[in-house]
Amino acid sequence: MASTIFRSLHTNPCLLHPTALLRRKMSFSATPDKVKPQVKVAPNIQNKTLEKASKDYEAVIGIETHVQLNTLTKAFCSCPYNYGSPPNTSVCPVCMGLPGALPVLNMKVIESAIKVGLSLNCKLSFNSKFDRKQYFYPDLPKGYQISQFDVPIATGGYIDVDLPLEYGGGHRKFGITRVHMEEDAGKLLHSEGGSYSQESYERLRFTLSLFWILFVYFMQVDLNRAGVPLLEIVSEPDMRTGIEAAEYAAELQRLVRYLGVSNGNMQEGSLRCDVNISVRPIGHIEFGTKVEIKNLNSFSSVSRAIDYEISRQVLLHSQGEDKEIVQETRLWEEGAQKTITMRKKEGLADYRYFPEPDLPGVFLTQDYVGGIRNTLPELPETKRRRYEKMGLSMQDVLFLANDVNVAEFFDTTITKGADVKLATNWIMGDIAAYMKNEKLTINEIKLSPKELAELIASIKDGTISGKIGKEILFELLAKGGTVKGLIEEKDLIVDPAEIEKMVEKVVSDNPKQLEQYRGGKTKLQGYFAGQVMKLSKGKANPGLLNKILLEKLNAKS
Amino acid sequence: MLSTLQPPRSLSHFRTNPTLLLRYTSLKPLSSLSSQPVIHSTITDQPQSPNPLPHSQILSTRHSLLSRHLTATQLADSFLARLRLTEPHLRSFLHVSDSVLAQARELDEKIQRNEELGPLAGVLVAVKDNICTAEMPSTAGSRVLEGYTPPYDATAVRKIKELGGIVVGKTNLDEFGMGSTTEGSAFQVTANPWDVSRVPGGSSGGSAAAVSARQCMVSLGSDTGGSVRQPASFCGVVGLKPTYGRVSRFGLMAYASSLDVIGCFGMSVADAGILLYAISGHDRLDASSSKREVPNLEAEFVSISSLDSKPLKGLRIGLIRETLDDGVDTGVTSAVRNAALHLEELGCFVNEVSLPSFSLGLPAYYILASSESSSNLSRYDGVRYGNQVPADELNSQYKDSRAKGFGSEVKRRILTGTYALSAGYYDANYKRAQQVRTIIRKSFKAALDEHDILISPAAPSAAYKIGEKKNDPLAMYAGDIMTVNVNLAGLPALVLPCGFVEGGSAGLPVGLQMIGAAFDEGKLLKVGHIFEQTLQNCNFVPPLIADEVTS
Repeated sequence: MASTIFRSLHTNPCLLHPTALLRRKMSFSATPDKVKPQVKVAPNIQNKTLEKASKDYEAVIGIETHVQLNTLTKAFCSCPYNYGSPPNTSVCPVCMGLPGALPVLNMKVIESAIKVGLSLNCKLSFNSKFDRKQYFYPDLPKGYQISQFDVPIATGGYIDVDLPLEYGGGHRKFGITRVHMEEDAGKLLHSEGGSYSQESYERLRFTLSLFWILFVYFMQVDLNRAGVPLLEIVSEPDMRTGIEAAEYAAELQRLVRYLGVSNGNMQEGSLRCDVNISVRPIGHIEFGTKVEIKNLNSFSSVSRAIDYEISRQVLLHSQGEDKEIVQETRLWEEGAQKTITMRKKEGLADYRYFPEPDLPGVFLTQDYVGGIRNTLPELPETKRRRYEKMGLSMQDVLFLANDVNVAEFFDTTITKGADVKLATNWIMGDIAAYMKNEKLTINEIKLSPKELAELIASIKDGTISGKIGKEILFELLAKGGTVKGLIEEKDLIVDPAEIEKMVEKVVSDNPKQLEQYRGGKTKLQGYFAGQVMKLSKGKANPGLLNKILLEKLNAKS
Repeated sequence: MLSTLQPPRSLSHFRTNPTLLLRYTSLKPLSSLSSQPVIHSTITDQPQSPNPLPHSQILSTRHSLLSRHLTATQLADSFLARLRLTEPHLRSFLHVSDSVLAQARELDEKIQRNEELGPLAGVLVAVKDNICTAEMPSTAGSRVLEGYTPPYDATAVRKIKELGGIVVGKTNLDEFGMGSTTEGSAFQVTANPWDVSRVPGGSSGGSAAAVSARQCMVSLGSDTGGSVRQPASFCGVVGLKPTYGRVSRFGLMAYASSLDVIGCFGMSVADAGILLYAISGHDRLDASSSKREVPNLEAEFVSISSLDSKPLKGLRIGLIRETLDDGVDTGVTSAVRNAALHLEELGCFVNEVSLPSFSLGLPAYYILASSESSSNLSRYDGVRYGNQVPADELNSQYKDSRAKGFGSEVKRRILTGTYALSAGYYDANYKRAQQVRTIIRKSFKAALDEHDILISPAAPSAAYKIGEKKNDPLAMYAGDIMTVNVNLAGLPALVLPCGFVEGGSAGLPVGLQMIGAAFDEGKLLKVGHIFEQTLQNCNFVPPLIADEVTS
């Protein structure tokens, strides 16, 4: 293993220059990323020959995604699961794999799987089953994982993705091979309290092989996560770039959040991506040797790890050393911004799958599936296409549809009669800025869609000025309340007689401008309006003001 | 056939010499019993007639307690006394509860206060050691679980306790239920009460021997390929294997999940039936337990006095031809044929029925059971519980913990199963065995469409000598031919003693197996109950108890 690393160091020149690496890193963090903060641009390969070579090759990328379902209880027992609970506080004989304990399926798992299967345009298996996948590992209490093998609950679907505009935009359709249900494993803990997934554990084993004995001595298992339901979603090898792959993953996250089946949080491991990647000369039909990358904790690491791996593989190809690309699992090192060998495949692992005898088959009826289909919410893709038809720009569409809660807020605002473009501007502008500054989600702000619609209407019909509108907005965001109430509080002048008095005063105070106006310089209306507003200390109703002002200006006296 | 046999000794010897019992025990409470000879009459409550009728120990216990004829403490005392007396010869228990008397006293207080009693109040139940008990070690007869006490009761045990039953202790077994002699226990070899040089059968040998020697009233076993029925046959007691799904498996340490069932042992059909009724029913903790309603099985026990001369008139019985082929002891064959004649006398219509797939059952069973066991036993890795052999490296820890923890038969089956499930071998082994299982299920279904009950021997021979087959696993496996098909088909079967063959000091009992349609335990119990009440010249009380007293 060490020799491979050594060799790859030699064959990848950009790795030898720490400054180059640093520059690249800076360019990631400097990427302005308003629409999709998660996806960051990949480094351009700096090596000229590599850049040239990369034009002759294409990458083939497929992703296996594990989505942790947010069911109240685990997949096969009644233990709750809360991320971050103290170790082994949410366990029972079933998820600890005690002798004699049996799994009983949580039906919510099936429901979630069907929701995801339908949303990914898959064909459902009305007659599926669970299987046992067998291997030994300390985080796997039963010595097998309950999973689905040859009859997954859903197969043969696709997902629609709109690429972010800053990466060129465009629409993609990626195939979904299968969706299946399984249970999560526990976590290995170091005595110091750090937690290790199997990947990082293997890495530790690799790098700290001298301390292995010590490590085993301190190794502990936390089974809180054991038995938590997962959906494994396997894509077709349809992606070609890091951005496509990251956007695929981001769309899956959006989808599960829209469906409410998972929080999709990558940091907590609720959404985990393992990427399979190979490179082949353009025009070739045969795939190159596939490498798997694990330990991808964000969309940007998905994107960057892939682009790194593409450049590594292209370089080896272009130098005629493609035999150096071996089937293996590599880890993404966030610190070093590179992938390293975790373990080589020693032939195919034999998991000795066989049907889980403790669980009955999973039989679905058309009625049951139909019932679930009817409750599906509007999905991200449908929403985006609808927003597009409403006349919104792609930038707006992607922003609004990105977060299901923002989209719902927007939709409700529109339902309450607000102008589409104005609502979009308010949400993407001042409201988004406020949320960002205060680190609040749209559900946490005090402003309701109804009041936003009211605010927009009040400005539009001239009840208040845009300036006053903005003031009211920030009060609504911070303290709540109603637009009507706030207008009253502000003691706005709505009495036509009072406004008329002020108009008359301004007109009579500015005879010169009046003359010019009447001489045809009608642009001066704005000047008069401003003066009146100033006189009213901004409290005059702008609609009334303008109406009365026009009457006075145009009056033949 | 019966004329060649010594008449089995009845327990009357035992009863008439209560003081002799004392010599063999230092139990304090027993001395107080000696002044109450009435207790001893209830130990067996056998009538003095030459053909003592099997009775229900459960019902007579209930009767004794309710009528204040006996206290629960007195009953428990007498059984514990016999347990201690016979245990050195039988070694049927891996653990004896130390709270039996305390529980009995508690029950007596309840009776004093006129509180309502559960249907199993005061019933002393032994539990096979692969069934979890929260207050007692549960080892499945394996070193890998030596000293392990589960944090929960198996559903069957919980139900027994809730209904007032008292768990006497945990009985010996072949490690994880894998074996047919109980020699496969990591801890001790259990002897057959009919001849202590012979095996009690297995794997539930401890549970069968304990009931046979009246160390308890009834017991729980588990039956994956015949582990209740074959030892019942060897020990001359009633063994009942319910339909797969009738009884919750929650808390039964899995051997082969798709075949395992918890079964019941009793001295009579009624006892086995009442115990089954107590533990049956859907359990939300076992997804394979049936939601079917459990009929009142106790209603099936009609007293002999209320029966006419042909109480089973019109019942269609099929004698499975393949079970009387070569390889079956002639003594066993003739006992079963006599039983068939007896059923005819009771009004049944008996004919032979062929199950051509019968011989396929054994290989299919061993592939499926081994495959599932190789998976089910993966959890015994020394990481979370059980014996861990510490090592510097993870794989060594697994290897050493399992190498030291498991016995040779368990290893053999794990290896067989691992092989059968391996890539490239799955289709030829596991998948094919599943196909055979479907064929077997269908052929049983067809036979049971034509017949109410199918009958066969419970085992090809009576109990054999300890050590006789220990080093010949294939010969041992072949002994399961009579029973494995029933597990593959998931059907209920009742084994009850029907005669004797020569052997030991008093002959060796032979069991008749009655196989019924799925969830039709009621019919088996009804027929079995009538059969045992009308069986002539048979008394299935082993000589051990009397021998102990007189030797």
